[in-house]
Amino acid sequence: MNLNATAVVTGAARGIGLEIAKKLISVGWTVAALDMLEDDLATAAEALGEMYKPYTVNITDSVQLKEVASAVAKELPVVKGIVNNAGITRDTLMMRMSEDQWNLVIDVNLTGAWKVTQAFMRSLIRAREGSIVSISSVVGLVGAAGQTNYAASKAGLIGMSKSLNRELAGRGITVNVVAPGFIETEMTENLPEEVRKDYLSRIPAARLGLPVEIAESVAFLMSPSAKYITGIVLPVDGGLTT
Amino acid sequence: MSLENRISEIIVSRLNVKPEEVTESANLKDDLGADSLDMVDLMMDLEDTFDLKISDEEGNTLQTVGSVVSFLKTKGIEA
Ligand SMILES: NC(=O)c1ccc[n+]([C@@H]2O[C@H](COP(=O)([O-])OP(=O)(O)OC[C@H]3O[C@@H](n4cnc5c(N)ncnc54)[C@H](OP(=O)(O)O)[C@@H]3O)[C@@H](O)[C@H]2O)c1
Repeated sequence: MNLNATAVVTGAARGIGLEIAKKLISVGWTVAALDMLEDDLATAAEALGEMYKPYTVNITDSVQLKEVASAVAKELPVVKGIVNNAGITRDTLMMRMSEDQWNLVIDVNLTGAWKVTQAFMRSLIRAREGSIVSISSVVGLVGAAGQTNYAASKAGLIGMSKSLNRELAGRGITVNVVAPGFIETEMTENLPEEVRKDYLSRIPAARLGLPVEIAESVAFLMSPSAKYITGIVLPVDGGLTT
Repeated sequence: MSLENRISEIIVSRLNVKPEEVTESANLKDDLGADSLDMVDLMMDLEDTFDLKISDEEGNTLQTVGSVVSFLKTKGIEA
């Protein structure tokens, strides 16, 4: 099946974003894959074929984003989905955190999502349908030592989405947040063994989640089955926050 | 194409109305059914088409089709 509609997915070159792209393609979306990693984008494009369209861009750069937005409008089917997935961490205790570490994480995770959403939302508004999903984190809900910057950015995504929901819900556009728990990716691969053990002891499901399990939730929220679900935060965390 | 016709075309496509409904005195919200999102979308379209900036205050004064036409004329746009 081909939906003849494009989903813009940021950070889609690897990790959870790549898994989201794969899943969306499998249900018929064309994916505009936005990432800074040109090589990883090219590798993914080779593996995923026609429906995966790579665009090398830093989402903090408004000028680059504008260019990508007009290229996508010209080259791909109408944009009806936006997935704000690109995210970074710069962990350290607040007493030691530099202003640069704070700013960079807010710039990419929160302001980047705002910029990407703004760059592409008119097309959803005109189509009078579509879905926007932002990838937050359980850390945005419960906090984590060493992550004041990251948690603030992830909680910020929730406020942004809930407000945008109030602007757009009347247009048949859903705006939701998925809050992953601890997921098996490069982000969690390099955790010290004792931290990993500590995490596991706190997860009722007694395992880390898989990227594909985040992708499934995102695809569901973007599917016709979820048309009446909007403004929510969906934790996908093995019971961690419940 | 005259300025009136260009504006009319934009309004017809954005608000999904019939060309004959877009009269000079037609109110964008009351007669043509624009909501606040439509109004912003329309203003952005006018900005792109005529390459100018419309401030929020200016945008708020644009209630009727005629007011859009005369606003653009005061900005030096003739066709
Ligand atoms: N892994 C977890 O356990 C977990 C848990 C909760 C939430 N999350 C969230 O899930 C999302 C994906 O995480 P992940 O583990 O898949 O991370 P990842 O493997 O590091 O992937 C993130 C992708 O985003 C890209 N990116 C970063 N900054 C960018 C920018 N300014 N412009 C464009 N692309 C940019 C990265 O490219 P570069 O490598 O070049 O930076 C990378 O390809 C993130 O928002 C993360 O916060 C992850």
